[in-house]
This record gives sequence, structure tokens and C-alpha cells, in this order.
Amino acid sequence: MSRALLLAAAALFVAAPAFAETVAITNAKIETVGPAGEIANGTVVIKDGRISAVGAGVKAPAGARIIDAEGKVVTPGLIAASTNLTVAEVDGVKETRDDQSGGKLGAAFDVQYGVNPASTLIPLARQGGVTRAMVTPIAGRGFGGDEEDNLVTETAGAGDGLAPAAGLFAGQAAAVRLSANDTDPVFKTRAAMVVDLGDAGARIGGSHAGSLILLRSALADVRAYAAHKDAYERGQSRAYALPREDLEALIPVVEGKMPLLVRTSRASDIRQVLKLAREEHLKLIIEGAEEGWLVAPELAAAGVPVLIDTEADLPDQFESLGSRLDNAARLQAAGVTVAIEGSRDFDNLRQARFNAGTAVANGLPYGAALAAVTINPARIWGLADRIGSIEVGKDADVVIWSGDPFETTTYPTAVFIAGAEQPKGTRGLELRDRYAKPADGMPSAYH
Amino acid sequence: MGALALLAGCETTDGAKPATPPASSSAAAHEQKALPRGLDASLNPDPFPSTYTPMPSRPTAIVGANILTAAGQEIDGGVVVMAENRILAVGPAGTAVPAGAVVIDGKGKWVTPGVIDAHSHLGVYPSPAVQAHSDGNEATDPNTAYVWAEHSIWPEDPGFDRARAGGVTTLEVLPGSANLFGGRAAIVKNVPAITEQAMKFPGAPYGLKMACGENPKRVYGSKGRSPSTAMGNVAGYRKGWIDAADYTRKWDDYHAKVSKGEKAEPPKRDLTLDTLSGVLRGDIRIQNHCYRADEMATMIAISHEFGFHIAMFHHASEAYKIAPLLAKEGICIATWADWANFKMESYDGIEANAALAHRGGVCVVIHSDDPIITQHLNQEAAIAMGAGNRIGLKITEAEAIAWITANPAKAIGVLDKTGTLEPGKMADVVLWSADPFSIYAKADKVFIDGALAFDRFDPRYQPKSDFELGQPGEGAFQ
Repeated sequence: MSRALLLAAAALFVAAPAFAETVAITNAKIETVGPAGEIANGTVVIKDGRISAVGAGVKAPAGARIIDAEGKVVTPGLIAASTNLTVAEVDGVKETRDDQSGGKLGAAFDVQYGVNPASTLIPLARQGGVTRAMVTPIAGRGFGGDEEDNLVTETAGAGDGLAPAAGLFAGQAAAVRLSANDTDPVFKTRAAMVVDLGDAGARIGGSHAGSLILLRSALADVRAYAAHKDAYERGQSRAYALPREDLEALIPVVEGKMPLLVRTSRASDIRQVLKLAREEHLKLIIEGAEEGWLVAPELAAAGVPVLIDTEADLPDQFESLGSRLDNAARLQAAGVTVAIEGSRDFDNLRQARFNAGTAVANGLPYGAALAAVTINPARIWGLADRIGSIEVGKDADVVIWSGDPFETTTYPTAVFIAGAEQPKGTRGLELRDRYAKPADGMPSAYH
Repeated sequence: MGALALLAGCETTDGAKPATPPASSSAAAHEQKALPRGLDASLNPDPFPSTYTPMPSRPTAIVGANILTAAGQEIDGGVVVMAENRILAVGPAGTAVPAGAVVIDGKGKWVTPGVIDAHSHLGVYPSPAVQAHSDGNEATDPNTAYVWAEHSIWPEDPGFDRARAGGVTTLEVLPGSANLFGGRAAIVKNVPAITEQAMKFPGAPYGLKMACGENPKRVYGSKGRSPSTAMGNVAGYRKGWIDAADYTRKWDDYHAKVSKGEKAEPPKRDLTLDTLSGVLRGDIRIQNHCYRADEMATMIAISHEFGFHIAMFHHASEAYKIAPLLAKEGICIATWADWANFKMESYDGIEANAALAHRGGVCVVIHSDDPIITQHLNQEAAIAMGAGNRIGLKITEAEAIAWITANPAKAIGVLDKTGTLEPGKMADVVLWSADPFSIYAKADKVFIDGALAFDRFDPRYQPKSDFELGQPGEGAFQ
């Protein structure tokens, strides 16, 4: 990360609320995902919202609330590497969707303005051990549902009146803290610019090639605009394919300060994007990358990280014919920084940790899988100085698990975000408890 | 509670009753004037017969594995013997192994019946999901009971191979949920084949896909047609059953007259009403996409009005709200572990749905409706079981394994043939690398009718679709 970007990122951090409570989690098997590695039996001390101590020989400070983990596993909070959590409540209900501009904006669209801390899905995500979310927009897709429901698709991003080049850009991502009662949960804005290429891009650009040409052309416009703003304001520039607000939003991308997150799948498309990034000096993140294993050395050499779904093993499109369950293992072995995500379907947020387990079952070392849902997404998104591992000085995002965090029947017994222990309730658990009660003759609405 | 007791919750008619005409009808029809076979469904109940034959196999014994029979038992370090396509024996250590049998060391591994996915769209919505392959929804009329999913199945769908590697040996492939009456389901054995008929499960009854809720009313409402509301949906079902009852009566009258040697005018055959009539006669099972508790209750009332039985509610996100009703009616539910919130009718879906319904005496099935989830139904079942055990429901693996084996077999009508590890049944068997309820478990070997259909460590038993030859990855996916 460049020095300039570090400074910019620091400026964009919103201070987490401070919590006075000091907590010591003792007798824990601590997966620090930091330099200390795994601590077979140790203590984590949380003070003023930060990790103040971690280790085998650490003593609980006087006055601290002690939580005896009874040998259970403690990990950093999981980070959803790319999600629409907090900007969407019900996938099939348009009015609840703030993860797309509805075809009205391109690069200027910014998810930060739609973040809803009252989403019922935030407590659900916490019950999966997820403490932070990277909220990324989409360029438009179906308001979907069950698998068989795929006969109705909408392509909102294809743009009512947007020029194709503008419609390529989904907009800007933000980082969100998933604490309860947090009215200002966005802690990093403009974290990346998102663009859908591949088949999704082709729906806008006409073909895989067309969308790349539009992207190159748009970047050229941005450079021209940035260099000659005065002329633009005087109405003396050539016509640009993007409106002013999009050009402005893209300046940090061409300056290499804001990462460009590209969603693409096919090996040849990944190579094209790597070439583009090299030529344009872009900071690149690739999401999807189903055929990433075929390009692993190039990705590693370019230092480009990937966000992948480790369940993807179907040749579900012609652009993903090479999908494999060991994609993560092969990428990691080649030296690529891998973050593992769940499906974007909200409840499947919990799927990210199971996907990490699936990656382990398919050859990814356990420690690498843990990193892929904690420190790696933090690194990829430029947040590793604050979150992603249990290290002294970092925000105290800590989860105590009932067992191996990747296992099917494991659940968090306590979740801390920035030092505050989180409530355990979810809407789903309230429903469960209402109907788990024996019938007493009164309608369940009274329970 | 054992799995057997649970199964009693699914009080459904077992097995297929072929729609046979009255005994004397063919003789009488000869005297009168024989109808061409294609004009009388009762003369022609199976126009697309199964041509399935089991793959070559050798007598095989798996020795030393932990066995979940799905009939309520867990046998640690036991023996499963397969011979001549059937389960020959299941028992504790020391159970006799026939001379000459291939012996597989199962120590540290687990054995279950083959996984059955009761809600699949493999073949009808295959990979790659291009428009040319989008054959799952005949979304042209709210009643398309005349279509049969088997005619949309592309046997080369690479998804079948992935599902098999996840232990899936039998699938119910359903039409989509665009329509009130979506069409007939196809039940297939998950073997590589060139034709659907060569996969078709011998002797399995037909199912009829129906759909409640948002999909039909949205699809047709958006075309300015009925149904456009939930009440329009219900009117559409009732109209269909009225027509079917009338049609059934006309054919019964015709056959009665013919059998008495009286002159009779045959009704005109109607493919839509053939299928609905098959339901009223108890030959075809209703597989009903329905999320909400209130809508399930309405469908049950309709079943009472017209005298048929609903085999299973699929998705059934709110089954936990009406477990006693479902148990009383003997209706199974097929659901996910926790896929919810994606539309209003799934908004109340909860992780404990399956567990609460199960403890309420309902026959519970964990289904996929998805080509990825179908590959790890074992883990879905584990998540659903865990959600129940967090509130003290004490559901054992011996019980929960039935959610993806015996119970779907019951619901789709093949429990007399497969779904448990019991002597005499089809030898559909999975050898797992670990406890199948673990995220780390992989299917090491999958047997279908006693034949080794998949072996994780032997490329000779990793079949590849024609489509995948010469492609990146060559069809290797793990």
C-alpha cells in the first residue's frame, strides 16, 4: 500500500466507540491469525475496545470480567469479504435493495449512503461469527429467489439512459462494523471501485471484449478529465463517455489509490485484466476467479488478491468451465492472497466459514483457511492495521466458538466487536423460541 | 425417538400403483373397437419406460466402518455386504462376508445409504446455464400438468457428476415453480447415461409439481393474466381439480360401460387431466412448492375438498409454525438448513425449522433446489440438526441421516426399494471419509445398485460428461 493511500485510509476511518469494560478471555485455544500463531491455552485481554494483551502467560488485569473459554476456540471476528449485508434486506423486494443504483448511476454510486444498521440480517451475521462486512455494490442482476425462480431476471444496471461505459461500473464499496446499536457503522468509505466484467459485463458492453474496451476507454476519459478539469468546466473538452460524477469518482482508481474490484471468471479474462492493470497502474482485486487456478502464477507475480467462493465447482457458464473445489488450495500454494466468501444471498453469510472448511477438505491448509476469512480480507481491503487478527493494539473483534469454527454444528458462544460483547438474539431465534414453546391455547402472537 | 417412529409421520401411500384398466376392458374393447393405445392412458400408463440396468458389479463388503442405516440404527465398526445389486447384510463386526467378495477396509470411515435429493433441477436447468438449456419452466400457462420433466432432462449435465461425488444416488427432478401445476417430476438413478430413460428409476411413481405463492402470481400477473394474486392461485388450483374430477368420472363411466359390453363413446384424452386424474386416483404424488404456513394450510383444505393427498411441501420455510397439522396430515416437508430471507415468503425461514418439525412428528427432508447444495446435503442436514440440538432437541445422527435418505425415499415413493441400509434393498451406498455430518467429510466411494459409480481416488470411476471432454479442467472438479 502506498504511503498516500495509507494516509487517505487513515483519514477515512471513523473512530470506533470506546468501551470501558475490560474483559479477559482465559483458558482459550487462541487462533490469533497473527505472528503468535495458535496459542494452545492462553488469555486474550480486551481493554478500551482494543486487544491489550494476548498470550499463554498473560494474566487477567485486576477488575477485568473473566470469561473462562473452557478450552474452546477463540478467533478474530470473521470478515465478510464482499457482501450486500446492511444494504439489502430481502433479495426479492426491490425497495429493500440499496446494493445497486437501479441503473441511474455508475461509478459515482456509493453503497455507504444506503447502509442500514437496523437490518435484521446483521444479528444473524454475528451469529455466524461475522463482525465486519465489506459491502460491495452490483451492477444489476435479478431480484432472485429459489433456484427455479430464475425465469425472471432484471438487469437494472444495464442502464435507463446510462451510456454503456457508465453502466459497467457498479459503484464504490464501504467497510461496515456489525455492532449492535451502532448508528454510524461505516468505518471506511470508498474502499474500492467495483466493475462487473465477464458475462455480466458483456450484458452491458455487448461481449467480454467489448466491456474491456469500454473500460479502457473510460479510464482514458478519466485521465483526460483529471488533467484538464478547467477545460471541462469551460465546456472545452471532447465528449466523455461518462458523466462528471463518474469521472470524479474514478480519479483515485487511475491514480492507483483506490482498488478496482473486478468480477470475472475465465482464465483468459483474468489475464486481460492483469494486463490492463499493469498498463494502467491500477490496484486490482479480483472477485469470482473460478478459473483462477489456471492463472495462479500470474496472479501471484502481479500481487493481485482474489475473493472466491470455494464451493464453485460447476461449469455453470462458459466462462467458468474450469471451476474446481481446490481452487483456493492451488491459488494459495502459488502464493496468491485468497479471501473466501459465502454466497451473496444474505443468510448464506454463514456459508463463508463452511466454505473455508470445504476448502480445507479440498487441500487448503487449516491456517490458510482461517486467514482467508480474517486477515486476508483485512489485508485486501487495507484494514489489516486495525482488524483481522488477535494482536495487541488491534480492534477487539473476537469470537469464542463452541468448537471448530468451520464445523457444521459449531456456533459462537460470544462475539465481541471493537471490545463490546454483542447480544445473541436474532429475528430468527425469536421466531424459533416463539414456536418452540408448548401450545397454551393462545395464538402464538401472544408468546 | 428412532427414525422408524419418525417415518410413521409420513403416512403416504407407498409405491406405484400402475393405472390399470378394469380386468375385462381389453376383451370388451376388442368386441367394441379397440382405442389406439395413445388415446387411453389406462392402456398406456408408461409410455417412456425405464431402460435402466445396473452397471457391472462384484459382491462387495465394507468392513469396519461406522454405519448409519437410516432405519434408526448406528452400528460402530460394522459390516455392509452388497451382492447382485442388493444389500445382502448389514450387521456388527463379524457379520459374514461371502467368499470372493471385494473387501473394503472401512476403518475410521462411515457408511450411509445413498443420498436422495427430493428437489433437484439437474438436467432441466443444467450447467452451463445458457438459454438453450433453460428447460425447467414451461412458463406459458398456469396449468402445465401436461409437461413431463423427463422430456427436459439433458443427461449430459455435468451437475449429475458433481452430485454423485457428493453421495447423491437418486434424484427427483422437478419442473420449476412458475406454474400452479408445473408438470410431472422425473425420478432418476444418478448414473451417467445417454438418455433419460436409461437413468429412470424403475418402478418409481410419478410426482406432480405444484407451486404456491409468489412465483405463479408474479409470472402470470406480469403478463396480465390470472393468477395475479394469492386468491387467484387458489382459484386456479380448484378449477384444475374440478376439471380433473369430471375427467376422471368420464373415463370411469366409459371403462365401466366397456367392461359390461355396453356401447360407449370414449372421452378425448387430455394430457393435463391425465396427470391430475392420476393424483385423484392415488397414483401420482403431489410435490408442492409452498413456503408459508397459511398457504400450506390452504393447500391441505383443497386436498380435502377434492380427495387427494399431498406427499410433500417443498421449501416449507414456515413448517415449524404448523408442525401438528403437518404431522396429522402425514405430509412430509422438504427444506433447507437455513436458506431464507431471499423473498417475502421465505422471510420467516429459520435454522431450526427442520428440527422443530421433526420433533413435532413431521417427516422431514433436507433438499437442495440447487446444483451446489445437492453436493453437500449431508452438511445441510448437520446444520439443521445442530440448530435443534442447541435448544435441547437431542436429535441424533442416526435420526437426522433419514432426512437425506429414508425420508426423501418415502416422500417420492421409493422407500420400498432404496433409502435405507436393509437387506433386500437396492445397494445404493456411500462410503464417507469421515463422519458425514462433518464439514470435512468427503464421499470416498459411491455405489449405485451395488456397482462402484464413483471413487474419489480412482480416475477410472470418475465419469465425465461428454460436454466436458476437451474443456479447461477436463471435467475434473476436485
